[in-house]
Amino acid sequence: MDHVANPPKAPNPPPAAPSLYERRKQIYPKLAHGKFRMVKWVVMALTLGVYYIVPWIRWPRGEGIPDQAVLADFAGEKFYFFFITIWPQEIFYLAGLLIVATFGLFLVTSLLGRVWCGYTCPQTVWTDLYIWVERAFEGDRAARMRLDKAPWSPNKAARKIGKHIVWLIIAFLTGGALILYWHDAPTIARTFFTGQAPLTAYFFAGMLTLTTYFLAGWMREQVCTYMCPWPRIQGALTDEYALNVTYRYDRGEPRGPLRKEQGFEGRGDCIDCKQCVQVCPMGIDIRDGAQLECIHCALCIDACDDIMTRVGRPTGLIAYDTDLAVATRAAGGNPVYKLLRTRTVLYAVLMVAISALILVGLAKEPTFEINVLKDRSPPFVQLANGDVRNGYTLKLVNKATTARDTMVSISGLPGAEFEIIGLSKPDGTQEMELPLEQYGVDRFRLLVTAPGASLPHRSSLDITVLDPMTGESHTSSAAFMTAGAK
Amino acid sequence: MSDQHTEIDAHSGVETTGHTWDGIQELNNPLPRWWLIVWYISIAWAFIYIVLMPAIPALPGFGGTNTPGLLGQSDRTSVSEQVATMKAERGVASQRLMAASLTEIQNDLNLQQFAMAMGESAFGDNCATCHGSGGRGAKGYPMLADDVWLWSGTLEGIEQTVRHGIRHEGDDATRFSAMPAFGRDKLLMSSEIDDLVQHVLSFSGRDTDASAAAEGSTIFALQCATCHGANAKGDRNIGAPDLTDAEWIFGGEPADIAATIANARNAHMPAWQGRLDDPTIKALALYVHSLGGGE
Repeated sequence: MDHVANPPKAPNPPPAAPSLYERRKQIYPKLAHGKFRMVKWVVMALTLGVYYIVPWIRWPRGEGIPDQAVLADFAGEKFYFFFITIWPQEIFYLAGLLIVATFGLFLVTSLLGRVWCGYTCPQTVWTDLYIWVERAFEGDRAARMRLDKAPWSPNKAARKIGKHIVWLIIAFLTGGALILYWHDAPTIARTFFTGQAPLTAYFFAGMLTLTTYFLAGWMREQVCTYMCPWPRIQGALTDEYALNVTYRYDRGEPRGPLRKEQGFEGRGDCIDCKQCVQVCPMGIDIRDGAQLECIHCALCIDACDDIMTRVGRPTGLIAYDTDLAVATRAAGGNPVYKLLRTRTVLYAVLMVAISALILVGLAKEPTFEINVLKDRSPPFVQLANGDVRNGYTLKLVNKATTARDTMVSISGLPGAEFEIIGLSKPDGTQEMELPLEQYGVDRFRLLVTAPGASLPHRSSLDITVLDPMTGESHTSSAAFMTAGAK
Repeated sequence: MSDQHTEIDAHSGVETTGHTWDGIQELNNPLPRWWLIVWYISIAWAFIYIVLMPAIPALPGFGGTNTPGLLGQSDRTSVSEQVATMKAERGVASQRLMAASLTEIQNDLNLQQFAMAMGESAFGDNCATCHGSGGRGAKGYPMLADDVWLWSGTLEGIEQTVRHGIRHEGDDATRFSAMPAFGRDKLLMSSEIDDLVQHVLSFSGRDTDASAAAEGSTIFALQCATCHGANAKGDRNIGAPDLTDAEWIFGGEPADIAATIANARNAHMPAWQGRLDDPTIKALALYVHSLGGGE
């Protein structure tokens, strides 16, 4: 039944099946020294500082309102960010913020490659911190490799256990600090240890502790290479003009070990010392060109600059550069750098435009809001005398910290009368008083009655709520349905 | 088969089961270790679960019920605990609801909003099946959002209707009246009913056969006016509907009206006292009253 003519298979011995699984090769990044390493230390201190300090900043808002500057108050259904308060009705501001952040990421990626990955991504920052701890306990690259190869001894055990304990403490501080963002920080910091905190707080603190410990301690570069979608997205965002950490092969090749007597005549600057490989936290060789794994942390630049200085060659054999420029120089041309490109301009314009929209929206932030929900069942009610009545739910958001009395009125529908369930309106008046509680949402049921015969199937009316004290007024229009012709 | 058992597939180097279909061999790959570990853990877990949780049904010595398990878990118990917790949580507001009169509740915005929320959910669970969401009604089930009330549209009246129902057997306070089945019980002849229909149509200002309507008016005065009134405006006390308005619970077409006269309708609504607790009935009255503004 052989329909396909297969070549005869070799009998014994069977060829070894290719393994579908490859063990992770342990990476021992060496400590680099230089300006990019310094930038990374500073960025780490800043990002960690922001993360741990921000929840403790107080921002008084008024009686009965949380005074935490940055707080995701799920119980109270509000997001607080310093002077900004996002109510559930305005959740689109968060979407706007995410869009701005996305375009920001696009912009820096198209300008400077994966700087987000290399400097500010939490995975990078915490892995860097964990490697710093590892170095403190086990020494630098060579010492760590020796320790891992050595048989177990009290010394080795003590170093390993110490490292893991510190890792776990950092992990707990990370997970523990996250819950400070959705509870009152001083309260939760106390109740967490007295067992009175909500179950979700323990759950998320525990989860973040474990993910931090495993992702930064054990998985490290595998998160970037296998789990993170960003390296894949990056391919769509970068182009030949984006500055990336690049090995300038036009200068470096042909590479070879440095021989004192030979000098650098007729050869490249790369002395194949492999320092760039040893400092790499991803375990790759930058000289192979742009790679998925490379997070562009620039530590290889530091390592290479150090060596170049020592051998008396100009620095920048590895530098922020473009493949296009390197290729142009290799061909003897003069490279062109373009920071202003359609792509980068578009990203910047979109960022500014959306930020401006958000800021305008926030600046005009009303102190109260009206939302009208028309009854869908029944869409209208035929009254005994032939009039038609429509029901509405008024949702009034009072953002002021004091209660207030507003006046509600309707317009745009000839002959229409209205009433609000539970409130009495003096006869013959066209508006009535609506009390709003402080800092909350009030629901009222509004019934509008109009002579039905003259009205089409669908018309509309305006519902206006006015604060007579401040003069602020908001209008919302709503449909009015009848049995009339469509 | 046994001698073929150790055959090795040349391409993959894996042992085969010796089964071959159309030249395709079945490889005997070992189960992945992680899968085996999970499987063994599952088996162990099953035994732990049997000991801890209710598991084996109808064992002798357990009175026909299942083994209770060491943890004493029972869905019935946990549900009744949750209901008790919910009642306790609602307790304060419920007590205020009970203490206040319906009118007092209506004038207290907070209490009113609590009652509305409670009434809305109770309406959806118990009333909307017939009366429709938002009280939109259906043929045979009165619309509750308009200004037409068969029995009463006041807060107290609505509460009485919810509490005692309409024509509900076994409740002495239920709302009760009975219209005779004029056709079925041979009280009127078919042609007389047709004349009567023409007369009834004239109440709501519709075109009618004038001579038939004149015949019908005599019959109406004799048979119907006692309850529906000489002017056909109905009588709330006995739930006799107003025949002059645009509202017809059982349909306002001539055929509908003829069927109503012939067979009578005398619809039922259950009494909710005893099924729902007092705060819920009160909240329902307030909610129904709010749908159309009541009376």
